[in-house]
Amino acid sequence: MKYLVSSEILRSEFVNEAKRISGQNLAACYQCGKCSAGCPICFDMDYTPNQIIRMVQLGMKDKVLSSRTIWLCASCETCTTRCPCEVDLAAVMDALRRLALRENIVPKDEEIELFNEIFLRNVRGYGRSYDLRIIGSFNVRSGHFLRNIMKAPTMLLRGKVALLPHWTKRVKEVRKIFKKAKELESKL
Amino acid sequence: MKYAYFPGCSLTSTATEYNMSTRAVSKSLDIELVEIPDWICCGATPAHSTSHLLSIALPVKSLVQAKEMDLEVVTCCAACFSRLKVANNVMKSNEEDRDKVNQIVNADYEGEIKVRHLLDVLVNKYDLDGLKSKVKTELTDLKVASYYGCLLTRPPDIMDFDDPEEPKSMDNLMAAIGAQPLEWPYKTECCGASLAISRPDIVMKLTFDILKMAKDAGAECIAVACPLCQSNLDLYQGDIERKYDTEFNLPVFYFTQLVGLSLGIEPERLGIEKNTVDPWTLLETRRLV
Repeated sequence: MKYLVSSEILRSEFVNEAKRISGQNLAACYQCGKCSAGCPICFDMDYTPNQIIRMVQLGMKDKVLSSRTIWLCASCETCTTRCPCEVDLAAVMDALRRLALRENIVPKDEEIELFNEIFLRNVRGYGRSYDLRIIGSFNVRSGHFLRNIMKAPTMLLRGKVALLPHWTKRVKEVRKIFKKAKELESKL
Repeated sequence: MKYAYFPGCSLTSTATEYNMSTRAVSKSLDIELVEIPDWICCGATPAHSTSHLLSIALPVKSLVQAKEMDLEVVTCCAACFSRLKVANNVMKSNEEDRDKVNQIVNADYEGEIKVRHLLDVLVNKYDLDGLKSKVKTELTDLKVASYYGCLLTRPPDIMDFDDPEEPKSMDNLMAAIGAQPLEWPYKTECCGASLAISRPDIVMKLTFDILKMAKDAGAECIAVACPLCQSNLDLYQGDIERKYDTEFNLPVFYFTQLVGLSLGIEPERLGIEKNTVDPWTLLETRRLV
């Protein structure tokens, strides 16, 4: 793969934003690969975590923000714990996901982001997660109508899924939190 | 001993047996848990993937309530534990974020309420000798693989609990109730957590590896301290066995259920019947029920 690097790209807004939002010194990474060696989900990623860091250093915005890697990261913090340069890779992945959302880049693994969106909408609506609705909405919107359907009898028989949501009295306050967080975040 | 209790969403649904066994064990040990009134969801991974401020403000809202109760917080969900600790860390160390979050939740909070996992309370606050003296039925020779999962100990500078690569607290707890904790290498491997909904194929591979490693180490059951770990290893175990054409038959207990049995608490109060992989054969063979 040919990629031309210029001083403008190395100082581009993307490189600075990735650093600022993650709060990490990305230049510290010397590509030892320890993050990728310990990553449990590396086998399904299009770029390994250390490659992502290198690509951010080189300002490869489009490839990074449209990669599957940033969405597949399960935030297990193994990389963060082991990095000899103290780069918090899980925080970098979080920052890249948020940047991708801000740029309206459709994730290659859209179902992971779809789950996130449905989960948060649910929390906004009830103050707590309501599993039945989360799974129902996910199956309908993803087209996997039958996913986990065979789990329903087991869960219902054992009383492990609430039929009705747990409303908190603080729903109005929760909605305010979502609204205010969005306002303050957009000022960044 | 008295704590503000943050159960978290899973403990009101998929992990209701974790909630039951936590309450039963705490009562039996005179640890008073006062549920934080109208606690709200910590936001979990979807929140921190989407908005930094939201991911801090949601847990802070419940922490502010605990502050009003003037109690330390205890939680049992490793994911909630992680989000509450991360929120405290941000509120303590980042002035700019602290101001914004306080503005969002309309409070004046600086991360001052200590958050503990119940495992930490039992092992380090209650102390294991005290617990040993309350044991009525030792889980003699029950071979247990203690599975900590990822977030209970990581990242270490924020979680400040046990060793991130070779944790021992649950193993020590299991030994205290007479069980035989096993040495095995996958104690802190990730189970894939909520990817179970969006990418079950990935979770099946991760959980297959964990179950196989536990079985190969000679485990008769697995002990966990996280509702996501439990549901991925237990609820999906049948699917994993079919996909990989194998048989594990490994019951997955919450550590509180095993502690409860050793304290002589009836299985119904520990929600043992809610476990998916048959727990009875093993428990009956060992005369634990």
